[in-house]
Amino acid sequence: MQPAVEFQHISKRFGAVQANRDVSFSIASGSIHGVIGENGAGKSTLMSILYGYYQADSGKLLINGQEQQIRNSHEAIVSGIGMVHQHFMLVENMTVLDNVMLGGEGGFRLAQRRKEVEVTLRDICKRYNLEVDPLDKIQDLSVGVQQRVEILKQIYRSANILILDEPTAVLTVQETASLFEVLRLFKEQGKTIILITHKLQEILEITDEVTVMRGGTVVGSVVTAETNKEQLAELMVGRPIETQLPRAAYAPGDTVLDVKGLNLINDQQVSLLKDLNFNIRAGEIVAIAGVSGNGQSELLEILSGMRLPSSGTITMQGKTLPYAGRKDADGLPAVYRDRGIGHVPEDRLRDAVVKNFSVMMNSFLGYQKKLGKAFGLLDYKQILSNCNEMLRKFDVRPADPHLRIALLSGGNQQKVVMAREIDANPKLMLVGQPTRGVDIGTIESLHARLLAMRDAGVAILLVSVELEEVRALADRILVMSSGAITGELKVEEFDATRIGLLMGGLHKH
Amino acid sequence: MNQADLPRWASAIALPLLNLLSALLVAAGVIYLLGESPIESLQILINAAVLDPEGLGYTLFYAATFIFTGLSVSVAMQAGLFNIGSEGQMYIGGLGLTLLILALDTHLPGWILIPLAIASSAIFGAAWAFLPGYLQAKRGSHVVVTTIMFNFIAANLMNYLIILMIPDGQQNPASRLFADSSWLPKLNSVFPVLGETPLNISFILAILALVIYGVAVWRTTWGYQLRATGLNQHAAHYAGISIKKTIIVTMMISGALAGLAAVNSVMGSTHYLNLNFPAGAGFIGIAIALMGRQHPIGIFLSSILFGALIQGGFDLSLEKPNIPPETFIFIQGLIILFCGAMENLYAPALSALLKRKEK
Repeated sequence: MQPAVEFQHISKRFGAVQANRDVSFSIASGSIHGVIGENGAGKSTLMSILYGYYQADSGKLLINGQEQQIRNSHEAIVSGIGMVHQHFMLVENMTVLDNVMLGGEGGFRLAQRRKEVEVTLRDICKRYNLEVDPLDKIQDLSVGVQQRVEILKQIYRSANILILDEPTAVLTVQETASLFEVLRLFKEQGKTIILITHKLQEILEITDEVTVMRGGTVVGSVVTAETNKEQLAELMVGRPIETQLPRAAYAPGDTVLDVKGLNLINDQQVSLLKDLNFNIRAGEIVAIAGVSGNGQSELLEILSGMRLPSSGTITMQGKTLPYAGRKDADGLPAVYRDRGIGHVPEDRLRDAVVKNFSVMMNSFLGYQKKLGKAFGLLDYKQILSNCNEMLRKFDVRPADPHLRIALLSGGNQQKVVMAREIDANPKLMLVGQPTRGVDIGTIESLHARLLAMRDAGVAILLVSVELEEVRALADRILVMSSGAITGELKVEEFDATRIGLLMGGLHKH
Repeated sequence: MNQADLPRWASAIALPLLNLLSALLVAAGVIYLLGESPIESLQILINAAVLDPEGLGYTLFYAATFIFTGLSVSVAMQAGLFNIGSEGQMYIGGLGLTLLILALDTHLPGWILIPLAIASSAIFGAAWAFLPGYLQAKRGSHVVVTTIMFNFIAANLMNYLIILMIPDGQQNPASRLFADSSWLPKLNSVFPVLGETPLNISFILAILALVIYGVAVWRTTWGYQLRATGLNQHAAHYAGISIKKTIIVTMMISGALAGLAAVNSVMGSTHYLNLNFPAGAGFIGIAIALMGRQHPIGIFLSSILFGALIQGGFDLSLEKPNIPPETFIFIQGLIILFCGAMENLYAPALSALLKRKEK
């Protein structure tokens, strides 16, 4: 049987970066094929070539045995290739039906066409067991269902080869399971699925074959049934990975942060945080597990002073934080920082760095007041030597303080942010998604830094949607769902299924 | 390809020069269509504005005003605010210094009166910009909209006030002539070669303002917070910077600089407050800020260029009757178009060219 997709000696270069170098492998028709690799391994570039965003500098691309030139995404769609992006391409205030039709309205008479498409959609939903009502608005749907709409869109456009880019990043354990059900059904119907992910567990669970990329080249193509996690991780990174980092015995000290009856109600009167009660003691890592968008971001914002709570008490080292009686949080993070709260935000590029500043100018963001000399002049000599020290300690590459931070990889940006916050010696460290978009090698070193802080007696609050990360770092785990804490467990009691259920809002003990 | 991926010399010097050249080429085309020789016109322009010492004096005189309005727009842009209101703030700044001078010029000596009047222009300009800044910070009313409105309000307010100031029997819609204790010292007393030009010490104040601006924006904590707010408001909030305070303070500084722009012509040349004296200098400040990329040297050079265009353009229209005086406004528009709206027009081509050279 012809392979659905065959890459032959594909190379692609961006300026000085060789994104793909002589990539060759094939994807069997009617199979689920995993592509894994660290950030910058070249998997996104390769998929972009397949989907027509980029053209390969050299090499051939065969679709169902035919050599094809895919010059843009329209030609990809015509060739039966569909792509579900990590960030959904949906218009929030339109219905599922309208989103599917977008770009294929087919003439002037919208109403009649809409009726035809609706019938087709309901038929597809029935055939693939996709529970979606075409007349629902996107904004009313959960993330998991929105993803189904993306898939529905591709099937409607008669995609036979479906590329999924990190599809489970935003899903609960249960939603992931139901996505995999759908994917298996596709496979039965003879469709080909390419799954790009960095979660090894998922690769092992659902794929038939897996291709591992590193540094722009293919370092291995293996049959999934004949491999294991350790082998895949080693292939990805190029060296054995420490799965269990050393940590001191659990010996928490005094309570650093105490949260009582915390509520947040937004302008639309929606309750985003519901009566949260917890504390964090010196020398422990408390992790908040949950699907993203269940109040974790708001909690971090409130604890870092970026947002005001609606009610409740937040005590830091015995003193209430000064959020009461304010109209807004404008300037409040500076006060919290002075109280010893460090913050590594979830959305790095939005909150933690100024993209158009150099690494050096970002190395003191938030601490700029401390560096002023007479007349508020900045002490650039001091700043530069501090920054060089940070870059050396955290092994940031390239170690050029004058480089625009946007030009660093995600992992190196995160190292700069982490270095800056650690350098300020906080008593409480708030950490949101510290390893989002960060490669495995760097994850290991960031985790080691956090554990070293914990061992040194810092109280750490970790928000992560990666259960593996929670398990690797936490002493205690709080599970959040719809703004409420639905359960608490010690790391020794770690149980992915139970946490999954708690994340879905089910109280089962 | 992003403009920021170009080397610094290319984005800071090559791009603005290419844009300027494009604007001048289009202008040359229009002059040709008007039936005049573009090359001869350029010669007249350069002769009148730069080579003739008196002409140069006028060029620098205009430039002094433009440096202040250019700074006014630039400092706001650093915080991500588009202050269209420099024109009105300059007008009100003129009112501030005039009220003080009219009240005190017969009582005080120049060395007290002049600094007080300069301070008064800055305070009035700042006060006029405060409200748009306040509304932006606290109510989210867009500063572009409010400052445009404030230009209209300033213009009408001044219509009303200047009529009240006209002394009996004067035809000119202006205040009375100030006592000469308030007249700014002219530079031709030091450089007689400049002849009878109104170039005065405000030019030196303007250079001083450029230096202070450069140091404040790039070398101080305040400037760091200002630029962080302009480049990424989320990150600025995260960093504990008070966005509201930054917006209000920046607008007031921007307004003060616009107010100071009034000093040059009112205290240095006309010595009275007349109707519509800013004559578009506030709007030219927008062009200067865009072309000079909010950098002190860029602002200085673009101010000289605009001063030269006004001075040379004036002579040009006298010598070449086919070229109307409005041509200058047209060229100004072209420069805004090429340097502002289409500033990265040549960036992809330039970056491709540089890349080919690397290989």
